[in-house]
Amino acid sequence: MDEALTKLTLHNGLLVLLKEIHTSPIISQWIWYRVGSRDEVPGMTGSSHWVEHMLFKGTRQFPTGAIDRAINRDGGYLNAFTFLDWTSFFETVPADKIDLPLRMEADRMFNSLFDPDEVTSERTVVISERQGSENEPLFRLSEEVQSAAFRVHPYHHEIIGDLTDLYTIQREDLYRHYRTFYLPNNAVLSIAGDFDTQTMLDRIRELYEPLPAGSQPPRLARAEPPQSGERRVSVEGPGETVYLQVSYREPSADEPDFFALNVLDSLLTGPTNLNMFGGGITNKTSRLYKALVEKELAVSINGGVQATIDPYLYTMMITVHPKHTASDCIEAIEAEIKQLQDAPPANEELERAMKQARAIFAYGSESISNQAYWMGFSEMFATVDWFTTYLEQLSTVTPADVQRLAQTCLRPQNRTLGVYLPNGAAQ
Amino acid sequence: MSIHSLPGLDDITRRVLPNGIIILTRPNPGSLSVVISGYVMAGAIFEPDDKLGLAGFTALALMRGSREHNFQQIYDALEANGASLGLDGGTHSVGFYGHALAEDLELLTKTLAEALRQPVFPPEQVERLRDQLLTGLAIRAQDTSEMASLAFDEMVYAGHPYSRPEDGYPDTIRAITRDDLVTFQQRYFGPRGMVISIVGGVEPEKVIDTVVRSLGDWENPAQPQPLGLPALKPLGAMVTRQVNISGKSEADIIMGVAGPPRRSADFLAASVGNNILGQFGLGGRIGTSVRERSGLAYHASSSLSGGIGPGPWLFLAGVDPNNLDKTIALMRQEISGFVTEPVTGEELADSQANYVGRLPLSLESNAGVAAALLNLERYELGLDYYLRYADLVNAITADEILETAQRYLNPDCLAIAVAGTFASSG
Repeated sequence: MDEALTKLTLHNGLLVLLKEIHTSPIISQWIWYRVGSRDEVPGMTGSSHWVEHMLFKGTRQFPTGAIDRAINRDGGYLNAFTFLDWTSFFETVPADKIDLPLRMEADRMFNSLFDPDEVTSERTVVISERQGSENEPLFRLSEEVQSAAFRVHPYHHEIIGDLTDLYTIQREDLYRHYRTFYLPNNAVLSIAGDFDTQTMLDRIRELYEPLPAGSQPPRLARAEPPQSGERRVSVEGPGETVYLQVSYREPSADEPDFFALNVLDSLLTGPTNLNMFGGGITNKTSRLYKALVEKELAVSINGGVQATIDPYLYTMMITVHPKHTASDCIEAIEAEIKQLQDAPPANEELERAMKQARAIFAYGSESISNQAYWMGFSEMFATVDWFTTYLEQLSTVTPADVQRLAQTCLRPQNRTLGVYLPNGAAQ
Repeated sequence: MSIHSLPGLDDITRRVLPNGIIILTRPNPGSLSVVISGYVMAGAIFEPDDKLGLAGFTALALMRGSREHNFQQIYDALEANGASLGLDGGTHSVGFYGHALAEDLELLTKTLAEALRQPVFPPEQVERLRDQLLTGLAIRAQDTSEMASLAFDEMVYAGHPYSRPEDGYPDTIRAITRDDLVTFQQRYFGPRGMVISIVGGVEPEKVIDTVVRSLGDWENPAQPQPLGLPALKPLGAMVTRQVNISGKSEADIIMGVAGPPRRSADFLAASVGNNILGQFGLGGRIGTSVRERSGLAYHASSSLSGGIGPGPWLFLAGVDPNNLDKTIALMRQEISGFVTEPVTGEELADSQANYVGRLPLSLESNAGVAAALLNLERYELGLDYYLRYADLVNAITADEILETAQRYLNPDCLAIAVAGTFASSG
């Protein structure tokens, strides 16, 4: 598990991270672009995600559909993700088939066609994707909470974008977005698996060094002012079930307090599993499970931190028990938080959180895709050292740190509450 | 061990204990963790119609308290060590899955044995769990995909156990008593037919010793033989059902038929054919037609379940309700082409290469290997199956796929279930 990691920057600014892992005959390649929904102005919301879709719609070398078919033919799988801060594409393939994904990613960084007919066809696909999400009460609730929590910062809008923009964004808008952000000097290439580093590096240089650097794209920098009071939203919709979302403004991932928040999260709602591939653990002995589910105020509670560039949201999602209300749950949550604000947790609780984190890391390290994911992911908001020293940093968190975080981060004035209320329209 | 080796006779250990439990294990020496996965033959097939959901309810209640530990103590031991273990009910069996650091394997086997052998079903925990199950069913009633799936099963499997939802209905969950749980556990949970697959950084002999210590002396003379499945009456005509759910932006389509069981000689040809029809690339021919060419849906694909019995062969899409008929017509058109003309040589070669190439990827993790070992046992594939797999896949011909497809699929004889908000009925 201690395979050496190679990190270097090509002349055109492309950051390359390589890690040899010889446990399976597999290689996973990820390419990350520093562009996400936070880089979109009103009228263009959803464009990062739509551009991600368009990168599957062909280049001259790899026409529409050819990429998926070619990777599948080799036994590999691929996907892409758009997030608040980044967009990433990955392919995991048998080790002897890695050349195709290497060529393909280098090609579509510059040569994606954005054929107008394909843009038209994809518009309805993206709208369908959004409509599928709208079917889910939790999507509708979290979209409202997100927009209430961020008045100024572009974290304000959902990654998939607003429907009105999805109807009006044009091909030229998307293509401009692509050409602005899809540059070697705005990208990170992370590859893990069964390869020889020097051979892999030679091939990467061959494919990527001819690509020119561009002007470093500016990122939208509209800092959210400090929150000065609790915000509340409600969403009405069909069904019988009440959901409560409690979201606190959290530290950004590169702040030391982010690690203390992870420990706090472990204690309150069970540890967040930041792995893309690899299992997590249940949370039935967490403080809030005991206070809400065991007391039958809620049917379930889950919590999670998000590793982001700017402060985002530490979110708890609660399915309210049919015999209780969201207010009952809020009261119980506040009582539990107050205990942590009044007294630091015992050392044993921190040791337990550490073992949980160590186990989750072990589960994640089984997957080569997950290891390649982590290298690039951590570069999106910090550096790869963030990942390699994660457990070490977590172990420096003290009970006093956790108490301080509970006092500062988990104040009512720092949160947005959202409630999904069934409107009785169900059959 | 060569990293290029697939699981086979030389590195899978299979041990049958005197009480009938079958242990399968394969070491993964570099791994820091271990996975335990398996099943007990106590599925929903044994439930009476008025207590649907009983097997699943029982499975979830097993870890709510034992003779030795209460709910919080059970989970405290697991979660304090970063471990996880859960049980869940299925049609034929109750499955379990857990993982832990390799040093904590015994924690998993002991907790599992305690849950299976010594549950006490504390009344307050049973009622808490019932409320959770009923909330789950209320959420299901709002889920277009789940509701279309329920309607589909009712049409295709009328009169067959597969027509019954494993998680039951609100009325049947309310009708289940604590005594029902006790009786179901005592009668149906036993070592006969139980299979345990353990994969990770633990040597085979240690795995077997650990299981023997926890479960080697488990006996249940009352445990019945597995139930056979009745014959399934094939669909004689097109059948459709619409489920109206208010306030939904998108409608889900689930259409198809009953497909071949996993052990059927038809299965592999049907599976490769299905890959061409609705999986390969971005959803095979279905995805190309519905998503890529027509822009009608974000997801459009097909799936073939296999399983012990005739699992469904499904064609699925999520679309704007206004595009429902158009999408169904496109999918039927693709089915029609699939049962009329053989797949092309290129399509077949692509899917064969895909099946053979992706096998090592599916075996990358301990969880993947554990699941693969379970399949060997459940479907009697033989311990050398993965070594023979490439030859089996590459032997499939286009004619074989066509003949197999014609035995199961008819574009004019499908069950079509849709769920969403429809103006005509709303």
